[in-house]
Amino acid sequence: MAVIELANPSRFLALSGRLLPWLAAATALAFAIGLGQAYSAPDDYQQGATVKIMFIHVPSAWLAMMAWAIMSIAALGTLVWRHPLADVAAKSAAPIGAAFTFLCLVTGSLWGRPMWGTYWVWDARLTSVLVLFLMYLGVIALHRAVEDPGRAGRAAAVLTLVGAINLPIIKFSVDWWNTLHQGASVLRLDGPTLHSTILIPLLNMALAFLLLFVTLHVAAMRNEILRRRVRTLRMMQAQSAPGR
Amino acid sequence: MLGPYAAFIVGAYAAAVLVVGALIGWVVLDHRLQRRTLQELEARGIARRSERTGSHEQRQR
Repeated sequence: MAVIELANPSRFLALSGRLLPWLAAATALAFAIGLGQAYSAPDDYQQGATVKIMFIHVPSAWLAMMAWAIMSIAALGTLVWRHPLADVAAKSAAPIGAAFTFLCLVTGSLWGRPMWGTYWVWDARLTSVLVLFLMYLGVIALHRAVEDPGRAGRAAAVLTLVGAINLPIIKFSVDWWNTLHQGASVLRLDGPTLHSTILIPLLNMALAFLLLFVTLHVAAMRNEILRRRVRTLRMMQAQSAPGR
Repeated sequence: MLGPYAAFIVGAYAAAVLVVGALIGWVVLDHRLQRRTLQELEARGIARRSERTGSHEQRQR
């Protein structure tokens, strides 16, 4: 079966319907393992038990950026190949990405207060993530403001590609500027600096969050396909109404 | 066990539960709404061309 056939909306609905229960079960299992490990992970010698916030803050931050990266790839699919599923994928990822960015900001704030003495500081890392959150809201608003999904998708795709410039800014903000936020401690060229008792639960929680994202994204894509079918049928109904 | 900052740790996990719960709720409720609307429209005899063609082909077989 060719890849292009798999990307057919009807085929996607059929395949994802069979895949979704397995994805949901894998997500639940990954969270059970990850949360168990996070609960029994030792306290940090400097930060104490607040290090447990890291197990949700860091995966949320990774997903916040990954969702925008997926939207950027999908935006290329919309603008270059005009593939209907590319637009569906981009639109469906936006609210999920926004939710994880919001969670990243909230948990970061709750971690910052006991460690830095403040909930918020306008340093480069925090500000660039806030900009990412606002851009998510912009893309969602754009999709809602334009009635025709095709036009909305193309406009949102341009905004998404322009906004992708923020991803390296977020990643390297802690290197380029003097920030209160700490530097990278996992995704480093010389390897993670975390002890394995902290690193392994973190990676397992990251896997659980990744599975959650995939499950939610597939489910949201299915909903978006159905929404477009409803729209098509309503337009057909309006066209066949008496008096036209 | 969580020390002097327990409120911050519990607050962070509560926020995660709320956000993830809201996402799951949104996806499930939206699915039900779209499915129900689609079924209502199809019950009124409105079907996409591809579906009409598909059912026509099935009848021919």
